[in-house]
Amino acid sequence: MSPIVQMDPFGKSTLINLAMAVLFLPLAGFVLLIFFGKKIPRQDLLETGILFAALALSIYIMVQKVFFLTVPKIDFTFRWIDLGSVIGGQSIPIDLGIAIDNITAIMLVVVTLISALVHLFSLGYMHDDIRYSRYYAYLGFFSFSMLGIVLANNLLMMYVFWELVGISSYLLIGHWYEKKSASDAGKKAFIVNRVGDVGFFIGIMIVYTSLHTFLFSGIFSGIANGQLSGTLLTVAGILIFCGAVGKSAQFPLHVWLPDAMEGPTPVSALIHAATMVAAGVYLVARVYPMLTAEALTVIAYIGAITAFISATIAITQNDIKKVLAYSTISQLGYMVMALGVGAFSAGFFHLVTHAAFKAGLFLGSGSVIYAMHHEQDMRQMGGLRRKMPITYWSFVIFSLSIAGIPFTSGFLSKDSILAGTLAYGMLTGNYLIPIIGYAVVFLTATYMFRLIIMTFHGEPKDHHKFEHAKESPAVMTIPLVVLAALSLFVFYSFNPFNPDKGWFLQAVVKPESVVPVAQRYGWDQVEEPQAANTVAANLAAAPATRIPTSSQVYEEALEKIHYSGLALSLTLALLGIFSAFLIYQWKKIDAEKLKQSVKPVYTFLLNKWYFDELYNATVVGGTILVSKIFSWFDSKIIDGIVNGAASLARVWSALSGKFDNYAVDGLVNFSAWFTGLLGSGIRKTQTGKVQTYIVFALLGVIIIFFAFRSF
Amino acid sequence: MSETVMSLHVGLYHFLIVSAILFSLGIYGVITRKNAIMVLMGIELILNSANINFIAFARFGLMNLTGQVVALFVIILAAAEAAVLLAIVLNIFQQLNTVNVDEVDKLKN
Repeated sequence: MSPIVQMDPFGKSTLINLAMAVLFLPLAGFVLLIFFGKKIPRQDLLETGILFAALALSIYIMVQKVFFLTVPKIDFTFRWIDLGSVIGGQSIPIDLGIAIDNITAIMLVVVTLISALVHLFSLGYMHDDIRYSRYYAYLGFFSFSMLGIVLANNLLMMYVFWELVGISSYLLIGHWYEKKSASDAGKKAFIVNRVGDVGFFIGIMIVYTSLHTFLFSGIFSGIANGQLSGTLLTVAGILIFCGAVGKSAQFPLHVWLPDAMEGPTPVSALIHAATMVAAGVYLVARVYPMLTAEALTVIAYIGAITAFISATIAITQNDIKKVLAYSTISQLGYMVMALGVGAFSAGFFHLVTHAAFKAGLFLGSGSVIYAMHHEQDMRQMGGLRRKMPITYWSFVIFSLSIAGIPFTSGFLSKDSILAGTLAYGMLTGNYLIPIIGYAVVFLTATYMFRLIIMTFHGEPKDHHKFEHAKESPAVMTIPLVVLAALSLFVFYSFNPFNPDKGWFLQAVVKPESVVPVAQRYGWDQVEEPQAANTVAANLAAAPATRIPTSSQVYEEALEKIHYSGLALSLTLALLGIFSAFLIYQWKKIDAEKLKQSVKPVYTFLLNKWYFDELYNATVVGGTILVSKIFSWFDSKIIDGIVNGAASLARVWSALSGKFDNYAVDGLVNFSAWFTGLLGSGIRKTQTGKVQTYIVFALLGVIIIFFAFRSF
Repeated sequence: MSETVMSLHVGLYHFLIVSAILFSLGIYGVITRKNAIMVLMGIELILNSANINFIAFARFGLMNLTGQVVALFVIILAAAEAAVLLAIVLNIFQQLNTVNVDEVDKLKN
């Protein structure tokens, strides 16, 4: 068990205190706005200011942690509850706390940065909203919960904050709850997330029952000691990943995210593009050392399937936010896939770069929607390039970044992922994953430029709205410009083609796996001879002298394919952009004819692979069927039992009533009658005349006199 | 005792007998009379018989002046009581036009 409080002279406790401040500032804003919202002038500026303060603190923490501190992790743990001893005499306290390592520090900045920019953007986008201060309160609450996930050093707190982001997401999706579709979408998001969270919870419980701790450090050391291994470890890993499947909208639970676009667009940017949906990826990164090869393979395939399905759907959608939503799912699939194939740093790298450019895309779409008076259908747009130059150019940078064109951040991170999948494919023979990865590159480039061309190029379709469209105010364009700048390579690595030597990938190091050696990937099984107390380790120990170490195998594989992989992905991305221009800009290929020629496929994609229909028919229908069966059971069987009991009670009470009427009442009446008889006899003495009473009193005195007379 | 009677010396017992006769007459009056005034007079007789007893015991017992004092109190109370009772009787007569105690039964029923 780790010591309760780790203090040290390097200013680490200062960083912990600052991190606490970052965590609780947005909560303070939330409390102020919820309880005193009406009394505070300019609540929006208060909350925005708080977030910018948190951003400043986060940047300070990150710079301190990443560039100056040498320790890998700052930990602050306290004992929350001591549950006493279990059978066997072992005490099981529950320790909670926060920890800052490089990943946490970077995530702190990502979350506060996006959140602060979204607050700023909302000043313009939401300024005439009916529940303006409530909106800001919920944004603050969300920021608090998300920072809690980032800082937690144990699964229990992570789970609690996990649910808190779920509820704030629910509240913000349903911000315009007068609209039925919005309130439905909120419910759908919440319920679909529940499915994943149940798995997450069971996973946590498996870990806790085996290891009696929620702390990540305790869990990892327990697994390294062999207290949890084999199938159960794999199952625990996959179940914890279930939480990520729900929150990060992975197949098969991805259906809630497109519907979540009913919320205000800045909310989509903050929660459903940059931060909350990345929480699932962050969770997988946190528990990464305890994931076995089987679990990682499942994760990789889930990610790949998600990336592919949603990229194909994104091509056919016409709602600007729906396209971006499916694009988000697809990119999240990329990150999950990256973690699954062992490209840990690349996956996390993509999380950060994606947060910047996808938040930018959503805010850009918000700017467009704002200019078009809440028109979201791309078929009604067009030609906005001249009217909104800042939005347009930032949008182009974001799109180039997501498509993976050199000199952008997306190029760096996406390429690392693709190289990782290629190395994985070569080392394990699972070539499906890199193939999907590269196919999605093409699809991504196509749908992003389809979106740009339909929205900004060509002729305006709706002239009335076009006439009134104008560039958004500065509070909305400044976040776009900031995010566009952050989508360039220079913030992450000075070499625009290879990020490996950049500070980011130097700071984010893949954690050592703690699972039994036999349960790791093939190339990862030859390290750590000190764990040689298992049969598998003994098997691995012999060749350990000859085979190069795990990271070397992987690095060599990476090195071999890096540049060919890079060329391939770049070609595919350019091809995708080119085909988008061919179809939508120059109209060399008629989109309608193309649709007609592949009509079954097109309809299939337009209807989102019929996932909603499938779930309606199976899960929803099944639930309704089960509830009908239970309702029948309730009304017939349970009510029958209740009614039977009632009639039985009635018969019994009729009998007891008879007994009451005749036997008990008879007795009572008799005693009353008898008393009455006595009374009527004695009543004769009560004449009501004082004189009579005096006679009686006199007689009584005389009797007493004679009775007590002393003889 | 017979000696005292014989010498015609007036002693405690004479007083007590007078008092008893007076008390009995008072009781008789209270019990038999219907007229509220007569009942009142019976009560006065009873009170005075008690006074005689007090004074007799004070004279023949060793009770200093206590008996006399109590008797004085009784006389005062009797006067007050008579005044109140007469007022009540007058009111009853005004209301009910009778002083027959048997007919004054408004609280009954």
